[in-house]
Amino acid sequence: MINTMIIDGLAFALPMFIMAIGGIFSEKSGITNLAIEGLQGFGAFFGALAAVLIMQASGVDSRIPYYVSFLAAILGGMLYAMVHVWLCIKFKANQVISGVVVNILAMALTSFLTKRVNESVFSQKSNKFVLETSMKFTVPGLSKIPVLGAVFTNVYPFEVMIVVIALVTWYVMYRTPYGMHLRACGDNPHAADAAGIDVDRVRTIAVILSGGLSAVGGMSYAYSISANFSPDIYLGFGYLAIAALIFGNWSILPTLGACLLFGFARSAGQAIIQKLGMPSTYNDIVRILPYVLTLFLLIFFSKNNRAPRALGEIYDKGKR
Amino acid sequence: MKKLMLKLLGGEKRQMLRISLFAIVISLIVGSVILILIGKNPFSAYGNLLQGAGLMPKRSYAGRQSMFTDFMGFLDALTPMIFASLAVAVALKGGLFNIGVSGMMLASGFLASVFVGMSGLAAPIAKPLVILIGLAAGSFVGGLIGWLKYRFNINEVVSSIMLNYTLMYIFTFFINTFYVNPISRQSEPVSDASRLTLVDVNAFGLKFNIPLAFPLAVLTAVFIKFVMDRTTTGFEIKAVGLSRRAAEYAGISIRGNIIKTMIISGALSGMAGVTYFCGYFGSIQPGVVPGMGFNAIAVALLGNSDPVGCILASFLITVISKGSIYLSSQQGVEIEIADLITAVILIFAACSEFIRRYVARAAAEKTQAKGV
Repeated sequence: MINTMIIDGLAFALPMFIMAIGGIFSEKSGITNLAIEGLQGFGAFFGALAAVLIMQASGVDSRIPYYVSFLAAILGGMLYAMVHVWLCIKFKANQVISGVVVNILAMALTSFLTKRVNESVFSQKSNKFVLETSMKFTVPGLSKIPVLGAVFTNVYPFEVMIVVIALVTWYVMYRTPYGMHLRACGDNPHAADAAGIDVDRVRTIAVILSGGLSAVGGMSYAYSISANFSPDIYLGFGYLAIAALIFGNWSILPTLGACLLFGFARSAGQAIIQKLGMPSTYNDIVRILPYVLTLFLLIFFSKNNRAPRALGEIYDKGKR
Repeated sequence: MKKLMLKLLGGEKRQMLRISLFAIVISLIVGSVILILIGKNPFSAYGNLLQGAGLMPKRSYAGRQSMFTDFMGFLDALTPMIFASLAVAVALKGGLFNIGVSGMMLASGFLASVFVGMSGLAAPIAKPLVILIGLAAGSFVGGLIGWLKYRFNINEVVSSIMLNYTLMYIFTFFINTFYVNPISRQSEPVSDASRLTLVDVNAFGLKFNIPLAFPLAVLTAVFIKFVMDRTTTGFEIKAVGLSRRAAEYAGISIRGNIIKTMIISGALSGMAGVTYFCGYFGSIQPGVVPGMGFNAIAVALLGNSDPVGCILASFLITVISKGSIYLSSQQGVEIEIADLITAVILIFAACSEFIRRYVARAAAEKTQAKGV
């Protein structure tokens, strides 16, 4: 039972972690990003679309569409993030409102397009793109270790991908000049500007990066939890990722802790229901665990949190 | 281009109204482009929207139905939308972003349905009781979010979304376990005595629904306008919304006002909830967060957070959402086109501040050019 808990927990926590990293990039640069929910959904839509189109065209073994779909998802997420960039940076809209607008548009656009594509390309009435569940692998040897071995059992390939990307993003954020500029833009954009940093450019790149990272998370969920792309992908996981990064105080490592906590809370709940042999309707009660846990943790941790100082402020060169 | 924008949108008089109209017109043009791209005639599509909402006669009607039937159905859908958009608008005025309207609607709708809708109470007691429960449940959830914001510094957007999903799953559990109707897979329908809409009334040889709460919605909008523009309460809420520090310096209690704003907003959401679940629908679908709470954000933005603006914007968005069923059946367009057009309107509405500044800058340039 502990094993399934760890396996399911990781499969849920890591995609959320990568979305939260995206959020950290955006928010550390000073742009509030509630759009993660929409970005992950749009990315997953783009990736799933690429996958079903390739499967239709070539009928190849599902390995190639799998990796192509992640590339397509990243591309789609980055493209769609441009909407948030335009609204927040070019049109100087309120960033919270922009985020919500981007989410609403993503939901409407992807459900519309999914039906449309299904009807015109596959001539069927359906609101989902059916994908296969991702393959899994088990590391021989390591998986035999008691308890910890579960980490290496039934691993989705995207989990490895996420760990690698997370290491790279950590390096970029804390060890490169761009990362330093990014953090400066979120804390004191005027000082950054005076030091010769192009604030709008740094922020644009940060939001686009967060689009690509969120898309990886969304695509992972499409391949693991639902095995399809449908409007059901908007379950609020993007918002959970935001809660995780607030709880993790806008730094990458503590945020990983928060995500793991959510993941294990979720899988533990499901394991208990199964163990006690309760009817499936009781699953709904367990599903509230990550959300309720988030609220409780925020109660204890929000007070001491220090958000990036210029978070959510529209950068106006003239205002000093 | 600049000149045209200046001519259309310049000047102070009713500028926000004109900018909102501008956003709508642009969005409708974008919508037409989408419709043309998928091979439909935009004029007949928009006509279908109006026909579906009972604002234009259809070619033929089923027995005992007419344009009036459709129009009353439209008002029935409009009523909760007005309440929901007012809820968002009041919060926006107070500097808060209430994205939890959906959760509050579910809370009030569920509690009112279970405690009154499924009891055998007579209409004169049941209907006011439904409203009271709606107000209480909504303002409780709203107050909770306000309290969390003030006491623990929890962003109201995050906490409302967490509550949306928490409440949705809890009620889904209760509905599926205790109150499910095995045929419709929804909660058991509420009794006619408690329902805020009179269903299938026969009069003048016609059959139609009467939304009893519609006049109440309009009166509430007027009342909110009065409170916001003419009372100390409204002034304080707006002051806190404009600048928290300035308001505190002036001796206005931030804590009290954040909670007060969220309680008012919650009560309005509660009204939206009961008029939606115990009026327009009469039952609750488990497992779904009602989309009206999110569309209400669009409406409030479009209406510039003004109660009268909210009524006008509710009218437009409800025409689109209510009419889309008829549009979809007539033209074979996916019903999601309605959400898509709404979302585009929302994008342009989010830019309204930019448009206002753009026009102001253009005006300044013009006077400068003249002056020199």
